[in-house]
Amino acid sequence: MASDNKTLLTIRDLQIEALGEHGWNPIVHGVDLDLKRGEVLGLIGESGAGKSTIGLAAMGFARNGCRIAGGSINFDGTELRGKSETQLRKLRGKCVAYVAQSAAASFNPMHRLIDQYAEAPLTHGLMTKAQAQREAVALYERMRLPDAGAIGFRYPHQLSGGQLQRAMTAMAMACKPDLIIFDEPTTALDVTTQIEVLAAIRDAVRNFNTAAIYITHDLAVVAQMADRIKVLLKGCEVEETDTRTMLSAPRQDYTRSLWSVRDMEAVEKPPVTAGTTPLLKVDKVDAFYGAMHVLNNITFTLHKGRTVALVGESGSGKSTTARVIAGLLQRSRGDVCLSGQTLAVSYKQRSRKQLQQVQMIYQSADTALNPRQRISEIIGRPVEFYLGLKGRARDDRVKELLLQMELEPKTYFDRLPSELSGGQKQRIGIARALAAEPDLIICDEITSALDQLVAEGILKLLQRIQQEKDLSYLFITHDLAAVRAIADECVVMQKGLVIEQGPVREVLNDSKQAYTQELLASVPQMDPDWLTSRLQKTEASSLLSRS
Amino acid sequence: MTHPFIKLIREMPWTARIGIVLVLIYAFVAFFAPWLAPHPEQQVVGGEFEPWSSDFLLGTDNLGRDVFSRLLYGARNTIGIAFATTVLAFCLGGILGLVSATNGSWLDQLLSRLVDIMMAIPQLIFALLLLSIFGISVVNLILIIAVLDATRIFRLTRAVAMNVTVMEFVEAAKLRGESQWWIIRREILPNITTPLISEFGLRFCFVFLSISALSFLGLGLQPPTADWGGMVRDTASLISFGDITPLLPAAAIAVLTVAVNFVVDWLLHRASGLKE
Repeated sequence: MASDNKTLLTIRDLQIEALGEHGWNPIVHGVDLDLKRGEVLGLIGESGAGKSTIGLAAMGFARNGCRIAGGSINFDGTELRGKSETQLRKLRGKCVAYVAQSAAASFNPMHRLIDQYAEAPLTHGLMTKAQAQREAVALYERMRLPDAGAIGFRYPHQLSGGQLQRAMTAMAMACKPDLIIFDEPTTALDVTTQIEVLAAIRDAVRNFNTAAIYITHDLAVVAQMADRIKVLLKGCEVEETDTRTMLSAPRQDYTRSLWSVRDMEAVEKPPVTAGTTPLLKVDKVDAFYGAMHVLNNITFTLHKGRTVALVGESGSGKSTTARVIAGLLQRSRGDVCLSGQTLAVSYKQRSRKQLQQVQMIYQSADTALNPRQRISEIIGRPVEFYLGLKGRARDDRVKELLLQMELEPKTYFDRLPSELSGGQKQRIGIARALAAEPDLIICDEITSALDQLVAEGILKLLQRIQQEKDLSYLFITHDLAAVRAIADECVVMQKGLVIEQGPVREVLNDSKQAYTQELLASVPQMDPDWLTSRLQKTEASSLLSRS
Repeated sequence: MTHPFIKLIREMPWTARIGIVLVLIYAFVAFFAPWLAPHPEQQVVGGEFEPWSSDFLLGTDNLGRDVFSRLLYGARNTIGIAFATTVLAFCLGGILGLVSATNGSWLDQLLSRLVDIMMAIPQLIFALLLLSIFGISVVNLILIIAVLDATRIFRLTRAVAMNVTVMEFVEAAKLRGESQWWIIRREILPNITTPLISEFGLRFCFVFLSISALSFLGLGLQPPTADWGGMVRDTASLISFGDITPLLPAAAIAVLTVAVNFVVDWLLHRASGLKE
């Protein structure tokens, strides 16, 4: 196999260990991997499966606190294990490049993009600065960045997330490497931006005949990019086949479960009896950030026991609407009524009862839970604060809530948030909101940071609690699969305006609005040809509009 | 499983161990000075500038007082006053900084600008000025240095607390209807204790040095109270005769400063280790 000169990367029996409290624990158990020149391999699995760890190991790199303990990594005929840092550094950037999940965090904010682009070719002595800049412009053009000639002279904060991700891909291609590792490059982007980035990456990889390892937890995305897919679970390989076979006939149950969330459907509920006062009524609300008009005439209602989804791309005003309802941002016009009672503009003027009725769950459980408080205190405080339970009664209630979250009370009661996984943290966030016994819970992108299996668990949990307690959710998301899975009604927002609203089935199945249609069409499908046909359509329509 | 305390000591770098041992020795000396000192603090027990001998271990000073005994008592006076001043400065600057960070309105503006104005005047000169206005006494010394140093602590506390106030768990607490005091105490303070503790160590050194400097200038602790800064001045003329006695109180100051910094460095390192 290794003698085949078309083979670029051969990994055999890779063992990686992480430093834990009691010494080294294995996290990758003997994974094999083969990659030919120009081939794209998708690595897929839930968080903690070891995708990124394996991806980095392909560069001979192990993260802080990790070490490569066994196996061989053969890159283009050279064995990377046992090489010194200096030897590896000669390879990295030049022959292997890496594109990280958050381009915004990976660029140095103090340097212009083009200088960061030129860094690798200059260090490796491949070209002069002027040459590098010329090539950068050509690549930026390839990546379809707007104003390619000038965009490199801007600083990272002057570009959008999708543009940065493309600039980062261009930077990875600077030395024409043989292999690029893409680590969840579109996970942080919304669907309409994701398409542009996916198209740019695929185009570049194909044109330069670069091999790539594409890491993601989204099967539909990897289907567009990869020739072969490898499914990982807890550091072991589950299966590996070419993309089409994998999609049409996955052999393992685990692989099948990876996309089950897409098939989840909300439970049908009886229609609301006419004339009942809605639980939440948002009536002609306007709001400003300084002079910027961020919400314009927002109107919708939410009934008891129902879920309304707020949908739109980033910057559409979804989260701002939530902040206005919670009283964190003051509305300049319009009314927010809870059970017929108008809520004060700022949360500071609301009564404790009103505050108790509306609770929030945040996107990032990392920043939403105090890292210095134990779970018992995080959940116990609202119990104590609103319901007046103390001591044993409070602890019992906390344990009851943990049980509802499907978390073993004995194990988790005294833990700190840092000792939990992402999905578990989000469950604690939900438990804290439920502890207040509210009528309305605002869920702000709560599943966006989670992989699909974990997200599905959270959605099912929310559904079950809703049935038990007749709760209402305002569910903010850009993930349309999640909307289908949980919401009864859907409000589509764009640039601070409500574009369309109605029952989920109507809005998502036969919308008349161009924007909603575009949003729907941008969701990657489980079809390897989806991206190609989608791009052809947009090109055709842009040609039409030009002529 | 070993006890966490033993584990902590085992993982400590040797600099931190030296630092902690030295700080403990200083604390011991300061506490037990009356029992350890061979002579009283303020009494003239011999001739002026007597050389080192078995009776006067480190000789006598310009008035004939025992230098070794005064060195031990000086530890008690200088360290005690520096400690009291630092604690006071922390209470003042820390609380105002936290209130400023969480309140965020006109109060923040008012306090911040006031602190800016105070920080614009060089600290030692400002202290000299205030001491000559209010008169020299131990209480005035503590209050003036505490207020002046509180400006630095205010700035630091406000800055680190600001980073925490924008976190969503603080927002959640606000939305729950928690009082400002509760948010400061339960949500913010536990998240900023590490930088504050290390600042405490550093600030203690600065306060210690300012008091010694003021005493050297004759405006700090007043004779006949023993104080390391003042002792340097009292025996200063010996330096021209090649006698190292005046350097001993100076060395006592230097060693304590270095020891405290060793401990602070280790605390900072531990704090950054937690963040990784």
